[in-house]
Amino acid sequence: MAKKKFVVGCFDDEAVLFPAVKKVRTSGYKIHDVYTPFAVHGLDHALGLRETSLHTAGFIYGITGTTTALSCISWIFTRDWPLNIGGKPHFALPAWVPIMFELTVLFAAVGMVLTFCYLCQLAPFVKKHHFHARATDDLFVMVIECTDKTNVDDLKAFLSSNGAVETDVQVAEEGWWLGRYDKDEMMFENKEIVAA
Amino acid sequence: MAHGPKKDQMHLKYESQLREPLVYGDKNYHQVTEDIVRPIEAKPTKLWYIGFYISVALLLFGVYSVYREVTYGIGQWNLNKTIGWGWDITNFVWWVGIGHAGTLISAILLLFRQGWRTGVNRAAEAMTIFAVMCAGQFPIFHMGRVWMAFFVLPYPNTRGPLWVNFNSPLLWDVFAISTYFTVSLLFWYSGLIPDFATVRDRAFTKLRKRLYGIASFGWTGSTKHWQRHESLSLVLAGLSTPLVLSVHTIVSFDFATSVIPGWHTTIFPPYFVAGAIFSGFAMVQTLMVIVRKVFGMEDYITMGHIEAMNKVIVLTGSIVGVAYLTELFMGWYSQNKYEGYTFWYSRAYLFSPYGWSYWGMMACNVLSPQIFWFRKMRRNLFVTFFMSIIVNIGMWFERFVIIVTSLYRDYLPSSWSVYYSPTIWEIGFYAGTFGLFFTCFFLFAKYFPVIAIAEIKYVLKTTGEGYKNKMGNIEEQKLEEFVHEQAHH
Repeated sequence: MAKKKFVVGCFDDEAVLFPAVKKVRTSGYKIHDVYTPFAVHGLDHALGLRETSLHTAGFIYGITGTTTALSCISWIFTRDWPLNIGGKPHFALPAWVPIMFELTVLFAAVGMVLTFCYLCQLAPFVKKHHFHARATDDLFVMVIECTDKTNVDDLKAFLSSNGAVETDVQVAEEGWWLGRYDKDEMMFENKEIVAA
Repeated sequence: MAHGPKKDQMHLKYESQLREPLVYGDKNYHQVTEDIVRPIEAKPTKLWYIGFYISVALLLFGVYSVYREVTYGIGQWNLNKTIGWGWDITNFVWWVGIGHAGTLISAILLLFRQGWRTGVNRAAEAMTIFAVMCAGQFPIFHMGRVWMAFFVLPYPNTRGPLWVNFNSPLLWDVFAISTYFTVSLLFWYSGLIPDFATVRDRAFTKLRKRLYGIASFGWTGSTKHWQRHESLSLVLAGLSTPLVLSVHTIVSFDFATSVIPGWHTTIFPPYFVAGAIFSGFAMVQTLMVIVRKVFGMEDYITMGHIEAMNKVIVLTGSIVGVAYLTELFMGWYSQNKYEGYTFWYSRAYLFSPYGWSYWGMMACNVLSPQIFWFRKMRRNLFVTFFMSIIVNIGMWFERFVIIVTSLYRDYLPSSWSVYYSPTIWEIGFYAGTFGLFFTCFFLFAKYFPVIAIAEIKYVLKTTGEGYKNKMGNIEEQKLEEFVHEQAHH
């Protein structure tokens, strides 16, 4: 349970966020992460993240599916229990294409989703620290990791001057733990909402 | 702010003002969240309760009908020696066909970069999943001894092991439908995770926070996670595109690989796929017209969306029409008397026992959608809703025509069957799947974000009305300025 200190800057427009990310990085600060309400294209490059290899994993899962189907069916129909179906060849490759295709897709899809969940550490009952509740609504939340040398006030002022609408300092757990969200702050009051 | 560029001049992507906005109203990101999450946070309306209870009642009737079939056997249905497939398989193919639109919208339209899919993909995918759930019931209960349904799976067993027949289209169907269901579900749910997180973070009751917390898998919105999420969506779309085409192709193989007159045709795969898209879009229209009205989503599911789907309907309806005529032509041109008899007597002759179903199909599927060549009709909600129902009736007739008119009189007149009409339990089973479908859909509409929130936010600044109105001055810019501002950082 390693807790760290972070400086948080919230932006309300991705057009302001991009130059800010550039400035913060060139000034030598280490950006822990940027939390956004949707996939902002180009932000991963701006942060210097490498391309994901998830699609390569998907390809490997896919060919695993193809070979599983081909090897299982050919073993079953030529070795284990050869069935005489209208005197046709036991090794009936064209007739196996549909199942080979379906298993390719099935293995690739299931494998990729599981890998995705594993890499991002996503699962039911998993809880993580949320730097700002509006990060899934309309704020782009830049989180900078503090070192011993970081001057927190300077950094906050620097973020504000680059367009951050809100800044604060948080000490937070980096990883995930099992937990529930019911003790989190409630952003909204329980007001009666009438459907339109 | 001094260092950054001015907000209003900055656009990550430019889109012509000539293109209709996909999101109406001058909205910001927060407003999008508010609009889409509102139905989840509000108490359900009376209309919702009425609809939900009717669906549950239908579902219960269906459960009882299936109970009769399981307890007393398949004799509860009016199938006979010649017509071994009747309403059950008709309904199976009909539901599977409907289940094609969701993945088509979310996968193929994603690959084709059709921005308008964002407004309707979530609900269409949900519809797909529910439709496939309904479809799956029919072949399973048609087996008769449903407790042995697992025999269709290839597993080492104590009967030899006697394996399933991998060369049979019926087994391909088992793989196709189960794969399609699984992949659609994964695709749908992976898209839902970020939106569940949005609902979770603005929940104001403990229970809601907890439940959406579980459903959102602890999503934070990290850039790296979004990058992987994008990659996942793209690859799943790429996988689903051939998948969605393969599923109805394989369903059509159930017929096309047989030697029954009227089924033994090579045109079946493309013809079935076009028909599936046709009926699927019709069902999406039925649901969208209701959803946008009931939940006040007119700004997100716009007339532009409705029109685009109507264009798909008129296209696929015409493809299906060409297929019908090709079949009819080949029935004569082949000079095969069995084919000729099936197509020209059992189907196209109005006064043959089932001639009414063929002409019902022709009227609903081929003639009536031609109304959508007129822009006014494509953008008329009443016409759209009415036509969406007509198309689905027509597509039900199509499957009925294919199955029953080919089976009731085959090669030997001695085995011609008596007139087939369903029993109340056959109808009850079908009604029950409507119950299941709409029960699921009502629950979905109440507890799930019916529109993909994150995806709408992603296209908002290019296609939102409020942003589009500001794009006029961009067109007047000099080229260098334009390039400078549009360039990624």
